[in-house]
Amino acid sequence: MTDISSGNAVLLEEEEKTSLEAREFGFWIYLMTDAVIFALLFATYAVLANNSAAGPTSNDVFELSHTALETALLLLSSLTFGFATIAMTLGRSGRVVFWLIVTLLLGVCFLAMEFVEFQGMLEKGAGPEVSGFLSAFFTLVGTHGLHVAFGALGICVMIGQVLIKGLTLPVRSRLVRLGLFWHFLDIVWIGIFSVVYLPGVM
Amino acid sequence: MLGRLTVEALPFYSWVAMGGAFVTVAGGVAVFLLITYLRAWKVLWTDWLTSVDHKKIGIMYVILALVMLVRGFVDALMMRAQQAIALNSEGYLPPEHFEQIFSSHGTIMIFFVAMPFLTGLINIIVPQQIGARDVAFPFLNSVSLWMTATGAALVLVSLVIGKFSQAGWTGYPPYSGIEYSPGVGVDYWLWALIVSGVGSTLSGINFIVTIVKNRCPGMTFMRMPMFTWTTLCISILIAFAFPALTVVAAQLTLDRTLGFHFFTNGDGGNMMMYANLLWIWGHPEVYILILPAFGIFSEVVATFSRKRLFGYPSLVYATACIALLSFTVWLHHFFTMGSSANVNAVFGIATMIIAVPTGVKIFDWLFTMFRGRIEFHPSMVFTIGFMVTFVIGGVTGVLLALPPADYLMHNSTFLVAHFHNMLIPGALFGYFAGLNYWFPKAFGFKLDRKWGIRSFWFWLIGFYLAFMPLYVLGFMGMSRRMEHYADPNWQPYLVVAALGAICVLIGIACIAIQLVVSARNWGSSRDITGDPWNGRTLEWATSSPPAPYNFAIIPDVSDIDAFHEMKIRGTAYAPPVRYQDIVMPKSTPLGPILGALAFGLGFAFVWYIWWLVALCFVLSLVCVGIRACDDNSEFVLPAAEVAKIESARLAQISPADLHDMRDFVPLGEASGEALPGRGM
Amino acid sequence: MTPTAERSLTTYLVGFVLAVVLTAIPFAVVWGGLLTGPAVYAVIAVAAVLQVMVHLVFFLHLNFKSTPAENLFFLAFAAVLIIIMVGGSLWIMNDLHHRMM
Repeated sequence: MTDISSGNAVLLEEEEKTSLEAREFGFWIYLMTDAVIFALLFATYAVLANNSAAGPTSNDVFELSHTALETALLLLSSLTFGFATIAMTLGRSGRVVFWLIVTLLLGVCFLAMEFVEFQGMLEKGAGPEVSGFLSAFFTLVGTHGLHVAFGALGICVMIGQVLIKGLTLPVRSRLVRLGLFWHFLDIVWIGIFSVVYLPGVM
Repeated sequence: MLGRLTVEALPFYSWVAMGGAFVTVAGGVAVFLLITYLRAWKVLWTDWLTSVDHKKIGIMYVILALVMLVRGFVDALMMRAQQAIALNSEGYLPPEHFEQIFSSHGTIMIFFVAMPFLTGLINIIVPQQIGARDVAFPFLNSVSLWMTATGAALVLVSLVIGKFSQAGWTGYPPYSGIEYSPGVGVDYWLWALIVSGVGSTLSGINFIVTIVKNRCPGMTFMRMPMFTWTTLCISILIAFAFPALTVVAAQLTLDRTLGFHFFTNGDGGNMMMYANLLWIWGHPEVYILILPAFGIFSEVVATFSRKRLFGYPSLVYATACIALLSFTVWLHHFFTMGSSANVNAVFGIATMIIAVPTGVKIFDWLFTMFRGRIEFHPSMVFTIGFMVTFVIGGVTGVLLALPPADYLMHNSTFLVAHFHNMLIPGALFGYFAGLNYWFPKAFGFKLDRKWGIRSFWFWLIGFYLAFMPLYVLGFMGMSRRMEHYADPNWQPYLVVAALGAICVLIGIACIAIQLVVSARNWGSSRDITGDPWNGRTLEWATSSPPAPYNFAIIPDVSDIDAFHEMKIRGTAYAPPVRYQDIVMPKSTPLGPILGALAFGLGFAFVWYIWWLVALCFVLSLVCVGIRACDDNSEFVLPAAEVAKIESARLAQISPADLHDMRDFVPLGEASGEALPGRGM
Repeated sequence: MTPTAERSLTTYLVGFVLAVVLTAIPFAVVWGGLLTGPAVYAVIAVAAVLQVMVHLVFFLHLNFKSTPAENLFFLAFAAVLIIIMVGGSLWIMNDLHHRMM
């Protein structure tokens, strides 16, 4: 092992580039595995959706206006993350941070709304331990919420990295991967309002 | 403070349980003392536990698998002994204990023997077969190892603190639900599965990326060695099937700890959804275990028949077919659930179709051997034993694929005999063949042949003795997992089966002796060239054991049998004009630390020690965060040092050590064609 | 702003508008009670599938030119497996449900 001279720095940078490419591909596969997890949670929900077992049914607990607002927040946050990505390609780290903060705020608002919804259901006596339907509902929507929370945590970490390290190659790669994650969560949410909420209030 | 963990968790309630706990603790203490006596702690930590070198990680996986093989086999021996004597009597095991033993036997053999064994062999070999210096994500590889080890540790700890699951290795609810299994056993089982499942998923992703992105120049997909192909296929299976296990285990955990109603009897649960989800993972899992062994057999049969693999493209397509079809047959594990005829027919037919590509493979191997110069190396002998035995298992599988027949055989010992007949020859014999074949690559000296052949015969004969009677017993109506029975006609068969288990025990002892004898004689069986068997694929181009970077110069290949061709062209051992600097990943203690945290998390969850759960979870996040911000995880090995290592290796090799390649020139054009000058 | 950045800005905005429309349709149908029976499910399903595609193309920038082939392969493979797993599960469990009635 020696000190890293300038020649080695070039070598390391090349290696870094290929390794970042590999990371982006690996992250893509991870997203696919996550998609399978969600798909199976959806399948479980579809099987158990009518099993409300004398507890509240979906009609009693869902409120469509709430869901519409959540959908709007998440969709808007996808757009603002897109703006952050554009700012990144332009190399404007200040704007990247700004749009990341906006995205973070929208994400946190979404989480707060979900928290309010869950809280309200628990108070109404519609917790996950009441019936198969509610177990499946809380697990599916909660898993999505957990992912959003991890995404929000990731955005915090990335804001820090952009501020401290600037838009270096690894930081940009991490931002791209976080963006994939964030957009992916929005896709899952399409499934949630189409499979859970909309049919649930009919 | 300690949740439901009290002194009563210690196994003072039965002599057998205490014995098991004693052996486990004594084993741990003995290993600790041995390492201390050898003053090896520092070396162990810096060179092995924190290493991200794929070869060392692979070796650690295989060691884990062999240790757990012994543990799982003790369970098997105890079950055979119980059933041999338990005619109209209680035998020596109370029912609760017998149930724990068959549950842990299945869990250990699938998750902590077969999975780490195959992952270990893949780790050691695949990067070398594709001419790469390491896997795509070396650190992730270390995390995977430690997650798997953590799962195994949870199973081992359940012997000493608390009990293991009594619900069988598949853990069907409602029996595995909190109502009928209120203890910690099922929780141990669940957390062992969840933690090791995360490790396996990460490995799967890692090897997909490694094989897709890190192949050397010239190695197109249709030039990849068969073992690499099977690895790619099972990595994809792992990545897409293990999420199902994660989901189903998480749901059962929620049912048990938070009172959810996924699989409960009442309140809108649906326990058949458990069977459905479990087998969406479970059937691909069977192929995850078997396909790498098929890859090993393909390598071994070509090398020791001294011929190019017959029908390489058909083997590739058959493997890919099996991989996809394995996702379409899961219902055959629960035909007796009572689906309508249409559903059963679709899944029954799909099951039978899988036998076709598998049959293609058998014929390819037979034709590779046909008119080859076969050398009866232990790995080749295991391969031949596999082919004969596996066909029997396949035929009984096709029988079980018929729903009406399955109604009769379901959960009988016929089924037990069938899947052991697939997994022992189809998976384990393959791993043993791989062990004998690639051992010199990992350690630099060959394994003793004599003891290898002996271990094969004891395993083979032991297998037939132990499982053929179970086929018969299944026809006679014996259910699986019986702690005692009343039919005197069964006992003779069960005694024979117990003798078979003893035979297998001798087979395992032979492997242990083989390892000891070979280690003692290592000076006389050293592998100087790195190519002890006149191999055909790239892993034999490196030294044995390989340098940390595997290849000083990344090779450029133009054939399926890349190294074989290099030897014929005479370029295999030619030093390059100039060596280059090589970028290497740095070792990191985060792998074992994350493993320890996962252990703490799982253990605390099992015993409801919530503060510890939270603590371990937060610390794990911190570790991941530290790693995510680290831009400095690599170092450069200078060219001068590479040149030193490489010239030292080449200086050792004398022309007399090299294989005579004149017999192989010119290369036969079509696969399976006789070699020129040999007459046909 | 460079032309590429401008183009990607347009992409995001077009995607956003399409996504809003495709979200609004099913919400409007359910909320306003515009349709009844199976037609509602059909509208929801079609809108959802289309919106997923819009997200993939406009937000995740998938296309047949610049996206690596292996990424598309794994996406397609995941789609096939999800159809097999979810479709199969629903078929099996529905069939069972009918036989238990």
